[in-house]
Amino acid sequence: MDWETVIGLEIHAQLATRSKIFSGASTAFGAAPNTQACAVDLGLPGVLPVLNREVVRMAAKFGLAIGATVAPRSVFARKNYFYPDLPKGYQISQYELPVVANGHIDIELEDGSTKRIGVTRAHLEEDAGKSLHEDFHGMTGIDLNRAGTPLLEIVSEPDMRSAREAVAYMKRIHELVRYIEICDGNMQEGSFRCDANVSVRPKGQKEFGTRAEIKNINSFRFVEKAIDYEVERQIALIESGGKVVQETRLYDPDRDETRSMRAKEEANDYRYFPDPDLLPVVIEPSFIEAVRATLPELPEAKRQRFVSEYELFPYDAGFLTASRELADYFEAVVKAVGAEAKLCANWVMGDLSASLNRDGKDVSDSPVSSAMLAGMIRRITDNTISGKIAKEVFEAMWNGEGDADAVIDKKGLRQITDTDAIEKIVDEILAANPDNVAAYRSGKDKLFGFFVGQAMKATQGKANPQQLNDLLKKKLSG
Amino acid sequence: MHDKTLAELSAGLAAGEFSSVELTRHFLGRIERFDGQLNSFITVTAEPALAQALAADERRRRGEAGPLTGIPLAQKDIFCTDGVRTSCASKMLDNFIAPYDATVVAQCNAAGMVMLGKTNMDEFAMGSSNETSYFGPVKNPWDTVAVPGGSSGGSAAAVAARLTPAATGTDTGGSIRQPAALCGISGIKPTYGRVSRYGMIAFASSLDQAGPMARTAEDCALLLGAIAGFDPRDSTSVEREVPDYRAALGNDLKGLKIGLPKEYFGAGLDPAVAQAVEAAINEYRKLGAEVVEISLPNTGLAVPTYYVVAPAECSSNLSRMDGVRFGYRCDNPKDLEDLYKRSRGEGFGPEVKRRIMIGTYALSAGYYDAYYLKAQQMRQLISDDFRRAFETVDVIMGPTSPTVAFNAGEKTDDPVAMYLADVYTIAANLAGLPGMSIPAGFVGNRPVGLQLIGNYFDEARLLNVAHQYQLTTDWHQRAPQGFE
Repeated sequence: MDWETVIGLEIHAQLATRSKIFSGASTAFGAAPNTQACAVDLGLPGVLPVLNREVVRMAAKFGLAIGATVAPRSVFARKNYFYPDLPKGYQISQYELPVVANGHIDIELEDGSTKRIGVTRAHLEEDAGKSLHEDFHGMTGIDLNRAGTPLLEIVSEPDMRSAREAVAYMKRIHELVRYIEICDGNMQEGSFRCDANVSVRPKGQKEFGTRAEIKNINSFRFVEKAIDYEVERQIALIESGGKVVQETRLYDPDRDETRSMRAKEEANDYRYFPDPDLLPVVIEPSFIEAVRATLPELPEAKRQRFVSEYELFPYDAGFLTASRELADYFEAVVKAVGAEAKLCANWVMGDLSASLNRDGKDVSDSPVSSAMLAGMIRRITDNTISGKIAKEVFEAMWNGEGDADAVIDKKGLRQITDTDAIEKIVDEILAANPDNVAAYRSGKDKLFGFFVGQAMKATQGKANPQQLNDLLKKKLSG
Repeated sequence: MHDKTLAELSAGLAAGEFSSVELTRHFLGRIERFDGQLNSFITVTAEPALAQALAADERRRRGEAGPLTGIPLAQKDIFCTDGVRTSCASKMLDNFIAPYDATVVAQCNAAGMVMLGKTNMDEFAMGSSNETSYFGPVKNPWDTVAVPGGSSGGSAAAVAARLTPAATGTDTGGSIRQPAALCGISGIKPTYGRVSRYGMIAFASSLDQAGPMARTAEDCALLLGAIAGFDPRDSTSVEREVPDYRAALGNDLKGLKIGLPKEYFGAGLDPAVAQAVEAAINEYRKLGAEVVEISLPNTGLAVPTYYVVAPAECSSNLSRMDGVRFGYRCDNPKDLEDLYKRSRGEGFGPEVKRRIMIGTYALSAGYYDAYYLKAQQMRQLISDDFRRAFETVDVIMGPTSPTVAFNAGEKTDDPVAMYLADVYTIAANLAGLPGMSIPAGFVGNRPVGLQLIGNYFDEARLLNVAHQYQLTTDWHQRAPQGFE
């Protein structure tokens, strides 16, 4: 039988506020356990939550960025359950009235077409703390530093039909939240993670199959592998006469498999009700307009503009707009050079990106600034150096040897464009290799490269390639 | 000194007739001497009290004293007090020493008041008789076989017996007004949002409100002025100027329109209580007020609505008492589930458990719409009744409680009978309105309370209406015998 996979994602994006969603404690990562948890985060008797205004602004910004409705009135609710790292015995979340509803984002499929993925809702909630099971000799340690960290839970429609689509969607959201600067996107620190709802159904069937929820996946690669595994597991299960049970599963990257999280089936009744400690969040149209004014150009719009304005290939535009910093860097280079956008794109995507990757650096702390790269590209376009020599110049700039002009001067890399000088060198080479000259003239065209190589060797690569070619052709033919 | 009102003590301190240290010693001595009979305090903080008194006297010498500087008071043990046990009268928090002050406590401290100790109450404020306290029941000073009311029974008994000039209370369904009535003192539950709830251990968050309990309306006015106001740490507190309540006490009552809800004078009201209340109303007629009968047709919905909303909220509010971070933890838990079950099973008393179970049920999937949602709709109907009433009257009056203090043990086996004792007080909490109880006579030797309900943020008027009555009557000056 042919099977169809149905996937919906719940992405948790940690909002990049300095303080927590309902208290003034810091959200900085990596502090000693329980040093960033105040009375409110600890859920002491008598404490009350007070909403951090900044999280509402961030949620609204996200809503506008995905073409969603930003609710004029949304309500915080209590999700009641007991867990040791959940201090109050309930999580403050949004249930019936979320702050953002009915948005969408487009992903690109492998065949180059685009597909629109619906975003059902995005709601604000507080994170729980962390249970530490090691090092406590049969007991559990509780670290509440993370308790109260603001999260935006972004819930998609079950619109994805393969693990690859799910990853493409997750990447788009990841790119977007960093673009609009509401989340640092750091997946290792758990700032961006997702739960995947996966089910399968016979192709053509309308009803959804029973889904399993894979919890807390924190890398794109694991999302793909976890879903692929889960799809195979469900199909194998059904085909061998079994039934998928609705349950929560955990992906184990070491074994590349998903496992049921709970030994016995627990019916969770969270007993949601509006939190009486918090007033409904009322968002005025003027607030939304003010937030809208702070929206940067979004990735999709930027991609399209790069294609039309700079005449880049869609793939290149996509590469350059994958992060706002890289796109800004590229545009700064183009602006400084004043032309040659394609050449600039090649350098940013080529040597710059390769060097950043090699050294594990972000574009924001690149040793070669956009001005330095632009300065070097200008030396290519004004024929001071060749593209090949430029690679050497770039490497030197990367290693801190100064800007392009300084490197060119210091290393004497200026291109030889004096026709007489090049002609002299060509003559010397032809004179020194009479056999090859004869062979070339008798039809061995391939030897042309040999002469170019010899000339470049003689000039340490500084001869202007075009001039050299022209001269060589003239002399050899004649 | 203990027969003086808070206003008189304030004047005495200002005139240098006595110091705060003398005053504090005097009341600590009375607590020492008499509280064995009443059990109105859970914790007496003698040493810190004397230190506060010393600091108050010093402040006065520097010329920086306010009207409440140096005056002793007792805090209900529901308010967190930095470094002092805050038990909420529960085994669950018997070992809980709060690391911070509730806003109400901080404001009393800022005014220079002296905290004598923490008063007894029903466990987690759940009860109307002070019999659910882990620290034992409180006795009514007027008759020690009778209950003092609840949940702020310790505060009411301590004020009535002159063990403290004033105390704080909290009122979720009548917990200031009913014990004030049963102990013959004055107490006001302000408008929801008037006083910060920060640091007040939550029972039912949408109903809880703190307020003063003292002998006179004037004393309540003084204390309310100190604790009212917006608190950025409580999102439900209201940003609205606090009037000078004491300055508003001079207005006569000519033309005041008093509404008597006919539903508050029907079946279930003890005729002797009705008689006392009617006599009080007559007094108001003499003071120039116009009295009209009104109707609050949804009065009958108040108790059932309350017993869905309050337990639902409490079932969630009390979840943090899980034995993990503070409070009672069972011995040798086998595993996490055992830790939860036994810590909570052993730490909470039966009434608290009953309400947690009712609330958990009411919020459960499949029942939420039928109970919690329906209760919220009923709550709206009850609020609408009051809104309509206040279109024609200034103040609503009636009995605070259908009977005078009942005997200890009389209703402990019948929770519904106990709940019905709150029939007149609960509606004000559901609507968020201010309500007050003042002494208005006796049935035998047990006091009767007159309830006054005002419009939103109309505390100044309520206090003045109560004060004018107290200028022409002396019920509030009566003291129980045996505490001289």
